[in-house]
Amino acid sequence: MNITDRIKTDVLVIGGGIAGLMASIKAAANGAEVIIAEKAHVARSGSGATGNDHFLCYIPELHGNINVVIKEVANSQTALCGEPEMIRYHLERTFDIIREWDEWGINMKPTGKYECSGHAFPGKPKIWLKYAGANQKKVLMKKAKEMGVKFLNHHPSIALVGDYQKVRGAVLLDTSQVEPSLKVISAKAVIMATGCSTRLYNNEASPGWMFNQAYCPACAGALAQGWRIGAKMVNLDLPNRHAGTKYFARCGKATWAGVYRYTNGKPVGPFVTEPNEMYGDMTSDIWGTVFTDVMHNGTGPVYLDFTGLTEKGFAYMHKGLISEGLTAQLDYMEKYGIDPQKDAIEFQQYEPHLFSRGFDIKTDGSTSIKGLYAAGDTIGNFRGGISGAAIFGASCGEHAAEWVKNHACDEIEVDNSTVEKCRSLCSDFMSRSNDGASWNEANLALQQIMSNYAPAAPNHVRSETLFNAGIKYLADLRKNVLAELSTPCSHTLMRAMETLDLIDVGEIVMHAARERKESRALHQRADYTFTNPLLTGKFLQIWRNDRGIHTEWRDKRA
Amino acid sequence: MPPVIDKEKCIGCGTCAEICPMQVFRHFPDQDKVPEITFGAECWHCNSCVLDCPKEAISLRFPLPFMMLHVNSSTLHKNG
Repeated sequence: MNITDRIKTDVLVIGGGIAGLMASIKAAANGAEVIIAEKAHVARSGSGATGNDHFLCYIPELHGNINVVIKEVANSQTALCGEPEMIRYHLERTFDIIREWDEWGINMKPTGKYECSGHAFPGKPKIWLKYAGANQKKVLMKKAKEMGVKFLNHHPSIALVGDYQKVRGAVLLDTSQVEPSLKVISAKAVIMATGCSTRLYNNEASPGWMFNQAYCPACAGALAQGWRIGAKMVNLDLPNRHAGTKYFARCGKATWAGVYRYTNGKPVGPFVTEPNEMYGDMTSDIWGTVFTDVMHNGTGPVYLDFTGLTEKGFAYMHKGLISEGLTAQLDYMEKYGIDPQKDAIEFQQYEPHLFSRGFDIKTDGSTSIKGLYAAGDTIGNFRGGISGAAIFGASCGEHAAEWVKNHACDEIEVDNSTVEKCRSLCSDFMSRSNDGASWNEANLALQQIMSNYAPAAPNHVRSETLFNAGIKYLADLRKNVLAELSTPCSHTLMRAMETLDLIDVGEIVMHAARERKESRALHQRADYTFTNPLLTGKFLQIWRNDRGIHTEWRDKRA
Repeated sequence: MPPVIDKEKCIGCGTCAEICPMQVFRHFPDQDKVPEITFGAECWHCNSCVLDCPKEAISLRFPLPFMMLHVNSSTLHKNG
């Protein structure tokens, strides 16, 4: 395994999704030399690859006082892991970023004015800006290019170099050729913008089809790279399960403007009885387990029904689905003759994934490790989807650019042990004959352990004995994977390294969840069946260092 | 496996192989102008290749487990 390059830069951004692109644009604007290391290609990567149509915002002319929006966020599906300080900081900056995006070429006023819709209760303030985000990646990529940001496409990061105190750079896997090689990047600051971790649990939509995902299936486990150098994480103990169309897993719940109904036509929730494109149906945001519950109690299935939606409403929804990036699903519907004007679509709950579970950051994007920043779906104390990625990406970029002005590059030495470990591991996987275990096997093995020993509610419980067993089994799996995996090419090597990261992430989940000795939301403990009000205003931090794994409760910052 | 490339329309520009977020394609222009679908099982069905192909030469085949479950809306309103 060759190391083809050793590069020095001010700021290394890992991941070229919305957070990574915004971070790179702002870091470059503040004078830093920036490289984005992107697993695929910045034009089409991450959960926002093909678009998005709603942007959590505070716009003074729409909302008046910021507290109006803060109150709505507190009542929303994003509240569980939201840190009050982060929510306020985010909202204070949204309007500036919205105006910048509009100026750069992302249409933030597709109806001619700022207009919020979706994820809303009738009669209550609406806080999600409807925008036309189908071109968002292309626009941000162009902007980053103009700012002088360098792209290393097809270069996933496989390890951060650091020492539980400070980050020094990263090891990248070059997958642009069939034969893999490595690059070592020394950086004054590193920004992790690696998305949410999918592929951790058995796929609910279509078991065995690991890539049938609402969120980007290639965003898998990279937060483990921060974990291995000591970064503190929060909220991995609280599972998140998204919902959407069944069995074609996609985001866009609030873009569909219907009413959830039982088969006898009765609305499932109390919020809307007639479809309205300005609201959607909040039922599944408030009752997150609804689609699973109705299957288990036999009252299901539940359909999203559009009967009564106006012509204008259908047109609004159709435009929204395109902006949301759901053209593949629209193609599918056309091919199979599915038409919301006559058909109702069944919805389901998807498997747990780590959406906004991860790095514990401050509002400046800094983590507990010096020089290491994080933004987007990989952070643990704020959930804002695209707008969260945009605002905290920007914040990371600005603050990392300041950091690099006062810190020298600590160049990674030629015989660095992390680099050598990566080289030796990759060489081992590549040198074995092709009849060894494949990465798919390893990933599916991980999913079955996670689904059995750290399952999410409803209808599944967690307990100390399950976690103890699960932690043991993950260690066994890692041992087997290290001994048996073989990867015939750079692509499969990349997936193998993702899977090893995911095994680490599985361990973090189990250790953190074992420490949360209560039941809350989708974390239901058989041995602690109550919700402890004393933990309501707190986050559980988890991190590791040379003395082992540590946990600590901290107060949420107001 | 998805995606499917129309060999007649493909000009061998390699855009699909370059931009695919799951990197399901391989392109060896010296051997074949048409990219190969090497890792089709990893397709996210995101449509990036379909949208970015300059010749509209790509379509997705949706695997049977991805079926979108639906019923005619009128069945929900039988009782008026």
